Amino acid sequence: MSAPGQPAGPSRTPVYALVGNPNCGKSTLFNALTGLKQKVGNYPGVTVEKKIGTAYSQHGLPLTVIDLPGTYSLAARSPDEAVTRDVLLGRRADTPQPDRILCIVDATNLERNLYLVHQILDLGRPVILVLNMMDLAARSGMEVRVGRLEHALGIPVIACEAVNGKGLIELKLAMSRPDLPLSRHAWDIPAAIAPAVTELQASLAAGEGKSPLIARAEALLLLTDQDSVRVAGSTPLNARTTEILRSWQERWAGQEIDWAGILVGSRYDAIGVLAANAVQAGPPAGRTTSDKIDAVVTHPVWGWLILIAVMTLIFLSIFTLAEYPMDWIGAQIAALTRGVKDVMPAGDLRDLVTDGAIAGVGTIVTFLPQILILFFFIGLLENTGYMARAAFIMDRLMSRVGLNGKAFIPLLSSYACAIPGIMATRTIEDPKDRLTTILVAPLMSCSARLPVYLLMIAALVPGDRVPLPTKVGLMLLMYALGTFGAFGFAWLFKRTLLKGAPPLMIMELPPYRLPGLKDVVLHMIQRAGLFLKRAGTVILGISIILWFLTTYPKGPGGVVSIDHSFAGAAGHAIEPLIKPIGFDWRIGIGLISSFAAREVFVSSTAVVFSVQNFNADDAHADLTPLREALRNAHWPDGRALFTPLVCLSLMIYYVFAMQCMSTIAVVRRETNSWKWPIFQTLYMTGTAWVLSFIVYQAGRGLGF
Amino acid sequence: MAPELKLSELAIGASAVVRAYPKSGEAFLRLREMGVLPGTTVTLVRTAPLGDPLEIKVRGYHLTLRRSEAAHVVVEPAQTAG
Ligand SMILES: Nc1nc2c(ncn2[C@@H]2O[C@H](COP(=O)(O)OP(=O)(O)OP(=O)(O)O)[C@@H](O)[C@H]2O)c(=O)[nH]1
Repeated sequence: MSAPGQPAGPSRTPVYALVGNPNCGKSTLFNALTGLKQKVGNYPGVTVEKKIGTAYSQHGLPLTVIDLPGTYSLAARSPDEAVTRDVLLGRRADTPQPDRILCIVDATNLERNLYLVHQILDLGRPVILVLNMMDLAARSGMEVRVGRLEHALGIPVIACEAVNGKGLIELKLAMSRPDLPLSRHAWDIPAAIAPAVTELQASLAAGEGKSPLIARAEALLLLTDQDSVRVAGSTPLNARTTEILRSWQERWAGQEIDWAGILVGSRYDAIGVLAANAVQAGPPAGRTTSDKIDAVVTHPVWGWLILIAVMTLIFLSIFTLAEYPMDWIGAQIAALTRGVKDVMPAGDLRDLVTDGAIAGVGTIVTFLPQILILFFFIGLLENTGYMARAAFIMDRLMSRVGLNGKAFIPLLSSYACAIPGIMATRTIEDPKDRLTTILVAPLMSCSARLPVYLLMIAALVPGDRVPLPTKVGLMLLMYALGTFGAFGFAWLFKRTLLKGAPPLMIMELPPYRLPGLKDVVLHMIQRAGLFLKRAGTVILGISIILWFLTTYPKGPGGVVSIDHSFAGAAGHAIEPLIKPIGFDWRIGIGLISSFAAREVFVSSTAVVFSVQNFNADDAHADLTPLREALRNAHWPDGRALFTPLVCLSLMIYYVFAMQCMSTIAVVRRETNSWKWPIFQTLYMTGTAWVLSFIVYQAGRGLGF
Repeated sequence: MAPELKLSELAIGASAVVRAYPKSGEAFLRLREMGVLPGTTVTLVRTAPLGDPLEIKVRGYHLTLRRSEAAHVVVEPAQTAG
């Protein structure tokens, strides 16, 4: 590794870390610097997004830029922040320790932003300070004197407007400098805690072989990093250091010394001097545009109406706009299937391609438009600043069940699909809150359940004699059941399994900003890429396995017959389990096959009940023949199979049961263990069975 | 000297200087790092539509916190009407 301040050898690309507070324009700057040359992945073992890109110096030499998760402080509170801290301290084996650090700050809010910078200067690495949002600072009448700040800190300070690319050339010039000065900002550690810092520093340097400056920075962090959030990949603290820390904390507690307060206070004192010197505040700002918008958006009446309107708009878009590309994709898939059937000789291989692979891909891509639209809106809500307002408004309600306002958007997204919802829980800092949200998110009725509900409602209340409101009412009942279920379980989990301090709601409400469309679209594409990688591969794999299970072994005469297949056998095998809730082995096959995606239930039911010419890919397929087939299905003793009661029981089962392999896979990734997805599958499917049992048996008892 | 209040008791729109502050607790450490320190001036901007959480303005930016946390922060209302 190159020494600080030295140019990296020609053999190695210099590594820059990009750090800053949330919302200071970090992603925008990262996109501007690296263009499309970015790779999005994960830090191994934790589900924190790892973004690495390549920028080019003035001389055309490549520079590696790591975009670290936004944080207010190096004292980590969440896995995301722990990653930022660990990369900067060189604690992660999977990421090179950055040679240089790009600190980006929001110029309109210098004091708070400089807190992180102040901690980073302790690290003894070359730092370039980027003052972003200079346009907004100028507009509010502030004058930020770049030269003075540069002089006081002794490091390059670049004024910049990331959204319109201003200052980028200057920044690249600074990044291309072979030598970068180390900060000469002097800051004395307060006397009350200095001996402890020295002792901890010595222990860290001796025991773990850290360089003196890094050891000092870590020692300082230990004083405010009370829980020391450790994530997979961070190296643990050695016993001696832990012991020193503990004994000092005991001593201070005895003397009523507020060590953390002293440390933070003295940093802010130093920052106050810096800021007073560098910033000439504008005329006292009256109400800013943001204040005016907020007066309406968080208004006791208008606030709710706007929230409802925004959410309605998002869902209308998801369900209506997505229909066109979905129909189109469905048609393409059907055409592809026909094409393959024309060119390939009939046989198992052809069936594997059409009924396994293409059907699987079809399931994935038909979901894609909805997912893209959802990610687009989530990105838009985040970048404009509305997301934080939604959390602010909803916090009170969410706190009733022990969650905080930030769980609102993830849960809401789960009405479209639980996977983006679960991926969006990353903004929730507290690990227990985040886990609770992940555990209950799949109870929100996702769009893949819709076809199942529609089919069952059609079978339950056949014909046109039944007024539409009954059907709509049934549908709403299912959504309500899922929603109440989710909140009920969140309440339960927060009181039992995941008991913890009530979640904090310390959150910045950033000023409203016009988002850069390019950044939102890029974000959407990257997220959708992750979705395809996580869920897509699972769906494809399951589709092929299911094809195999429903094809082999073949029936008499070598004809494919689902009754004789493994799936049929599995259906028979689980019949004793599902008979008490009114299902026979054929419905059992539907349950098993819909593990790829719930909506597969419809097409597999069509196969099981031998409905000819039923094309489930066609969104407007007429349900009538399928409904007729279901009505004619009977138990061996001649009783009708799909009584209204069974349809209801089946719907309730689908509301609660964990019938989605890709969700299980994503939960496994996000929680980094098999424990939680297995628990989730058991509790959801268990609840589904119990509720269906109660409804079915009670219904039978009442004579239905 | 002006009477001391809890941050949660401040009137909407009123400014005050933070005086006493709990020493320990995750929430207060975080609030400190976000710049809410003894001696800092804060303004209560509004409450959420359901009365909780609170929105305060501190060091030129807006921050939310719950009433339950604000109830532990002792403030001294600013003399002049802000
Ligand atoms: N006016 C102005 N807006 C900017 C500037 N830089 C970024 N923005 C906007 O600020 C908002 C936040 O920018 P992001 O790049 O998403 O901020 P971030 O720091 O990555 O935020 P997180 O993703 O929450 O960590 C976006 O709407 C940007 O378009 C700037 O220099 N001037």
